[in-house]
Amino acid sequence: MKELSLHILDLVENSVKAGAKLIEITVTEKISDNIISFEIKDNGCGMDKEFLENVVNPFTTTRTTRKVGLGIPLTKLACEQAGGSFHIESTPGEGTYLKAAFMYDHIDRQPLGDIKSTVLTLITMREATDFIYTHTVNDKDFKLDTRELKEILGGVPFNEPDVRNWLNEYLGENIESLYN
Amino acid sequence: MKSLAELAAIREKALSNVNMRSDNDSKIRVVVGMATCGIAAGARDVLNAFSEEIAKRNLDNVIVTQTGCIGMCRLEPLVEVYTPDGNKYTYVKMNKEAAAKVVNEHLVNNKPCADLLIQEGM
Repeated sequence: MKELSLHILDLVENSVKAGAKLIEITVTEKISDNIISFEIKDNGCGMDKEFLENVVNPFTTTRTTRKVGLGIPLTKLACEQAGGSFHIESTPGEGTYLKAAFMYDHIDRQPLGDIKSTVLTLITMREATDFIYTHTVNDKDFKLDTRELKEILGGVPFNEPDVRNWLNEYLGENIESLYN
Repeated sequence: MKSLAELAAIREKALSNVNMRSDNDSKIRVVVGMATCGIAAGARDVLNAFSEEIAKRNLDNVIVTQTGCIGMCRLEPLVEVYTPDGNKYTYVKMNKEAAAKVVNEHLVNNKPCADLLIQEGM
């Protein structure tokens, strides 16, 4: 993984597999505190205590193709290499919350990367899941709730080309404006 | 700036088209492997390249979906193309440019890109 946004894409897939109906993705960049972090909160099936304790172990996975699961270990490694920390908590039946934090100016901190593509991919490919995306850069923020968009769209799917295009530009403009 | 009002207008325009697109059996399916291995190798950009190229060419007989680990992580990004005649084509080590090529040559002109397909001994 070369970008934090790719870790997000990968980890959200865990939430989808856990049957989450609503997934909240929060990216926070606060240069004065020298921190960049992302949080993922879902209302999926959650993990029991035993699974949670081992979840950062690469040999813990629910998949059946092989006995390796690298998503969480790779994110934890990226945090630790950049003077940050990785935290995960979960309640069976209620959901999972994780936070990955990094030192903003650490030389080994991966760039956030193409977060717009990550959000666009998630929204258009996971129509049945609702997302709240919140991105804060210092004192500016942008928030998108797919439930509000679905209300406007009234059944027209996000992967309809015109809708996808609109979403692509809407996300792009709003995320870019956070940095101006 | 893009506004929510524009989205409402897009909805009106799209509603009639959506009804025509409900028949999935006669469509080509493009399936991109999006597990950790695929994502790390660049599957996100491949998936988006497919979506954009297909939208650009107005191909309403193609649907793009994603799946988990296809099982050959060293050949990621992997893309499977299922055609309505029941055939499956596995494309390996994909990138944006290769995705555009598959759309143009295979999905539009029905000529699979032999150089991008999985080969024996890979």
